[in-house]
Amino acid sequence: MNADRLSVDRIRCDGRGMCADLIPEKIRLDDWGYPIVDAAPVGVELIEHARRAVASCPVRALRLEAMR
Amino acid sequence: MSRLALLSGPSLGGGPESLADHQGRLGPTPPGGPALVAELERSGLRGRGGAGFPVAVKWNAVAARRARRRVVLVNGAEGEPRSRKDRLLMGARPHLVLDGAVIAARSVGAGRVVLYVGAEHRTARAALEGALRERGGGDGVQVHLVTAPPRYVAGEESAAVHCVSDGVALPTAVPPRPFEHGVDGLPTLVQNVETLAHVALIARFGWRWFHDNGIAGAAGTTLLTVSGALQRPGVVEVASGVELGDVLDAAGMAPEAPAAVLLGGYFGGWVDGRAAPALRVEPVALQRVGQSLGCGVVAVLPRSECGVVETARIMAYLAGQSARQCGPCVFGLRAVASCWERVARSTVTPQDLVRIDRWTAELSGRGGCHHPDGAASVGRSALRVFSEEFALHVEQRRCSSAAPSLLVAS
Repeated sequence: MNADRLSVDRIRCDGRGMCADLIPEKIRLDDWGYPIVDAAPVGVELIEHARRAVASCPVRALRLEAMR
Repeated sequence: MSRLALLSGPSLGGGPESLADHQGRLGPTPPGGPALVAELERSGLRGRGGAGFPVAVKWNAVAARRARRRVVLVNGAEGEPRSRKDRLLMGARPHLVLDGAVIAARSVGAGRVVLYVGAEHRTARAALEGALRERGGGDGVQVHLVTAPPRYVAGEESAAVHCVSDGVALPTAVPPRPFEHGVDGLPTLVQNVETLAHVALIARFGWRWFHDNGIAGAAGTTLLTVSGALQRPGVVEVASGVELGDVLDAAGMAPEAPAAVLLGGYFGGWVDGRAAPALRVEPVALQRVGQSLGCGVVAVLPRSECGVVETARIMAYLAGQSARQCGPCVFGLRAVASCWERVARSTVTPQDLVRIDRWTAELSGRGGCHHPDGAASVGRSALRVFSEEFALHVEQRRCSSAAPSLLVAS
């Protein structure tokens, strides 16, 4: 079972919001357009969406990390 | 209640203790090494910069890195407005601090020590420079001073490393942490001034001596900066595990309980005045009851002051001190601070009240460093401790204080 989780490099992130469009089940935006990330494991049914969101971040701020 | 270990020796107001006096009193600098790291582990010494991380674990992490060079960064930025302990140690006991730094360097395999000192701590800087001249480079490590800008975030661990490496005192994304990739990319041990002073004594007197200085199962002594509605404000050294009430009594607090105490500084939180005296001054014990010792700031808010106004001032300060690198801190913290200002001025709107809780909750864990978390902690504790005053400001558009607060440095 996949145990990867999404995390954001908060210094790189500048609130473009692509991530929330691509994986709304795990990421929503605050009042200023910055991501609020569900830190629980992504799960096998969403993993492809997560990878796509990571690849689509214009500033490469979104990461998928293996749970320790 | 008070134990003198770090602060024993000549009068603290008498200028820096000379090398001759320091060594006459305490003997030569101990060598350090793996045996010392084991001693530190048994002592239970935790960092005194605010995070309270076990010192031996940090040293082992740096020593274990595969690298030919390593660095020790002595964190004397002390950007917390109400803290005075680090500059006092640097200014009055520079050789204690330098001993600790040199011992650390030898123990982790670092050939270089950086003394990172806040720009405003001129006495401290002069004392360290004088002490380095007295030592004449005989410690076998390269030691140099770097000035930290007088900003709150300059003392954050990754900001300190960033400043020493590139002259920019702003936090960087972690991982990698300084122990892996620090100053100039080298494994770096970042340690607070007071922590290293404790090391200098543990290296001489052993883990059991340190442990026995604490009470009720806690280990060692700790420095506190007590301020606010007290007759005798200042830096005190106390036995770990002492009751906060004893500390406040010794500092000449009025017999009736204060309105509240700000514990840990702007990174900590408010404690109700009736609950404060029973708290034990020890990081783990405080964590268990949802409080934090932080950098040892104990600021007493008198009954005549308004906790809501005070909190609004602290939140405005913290918003202004943002490194401005992360959206949630730049926008979210500013919005929370604006809400608090409107509550303090009794111009708050119904939307503010709905949003203050949500925006405060959304600060936690969403910055590149822990600055917004600290602000969230102060804000949440204020909502709890000053709930009646908050309601007064909101519902009756009144404030119960008569005078401006003494607590917050502008």
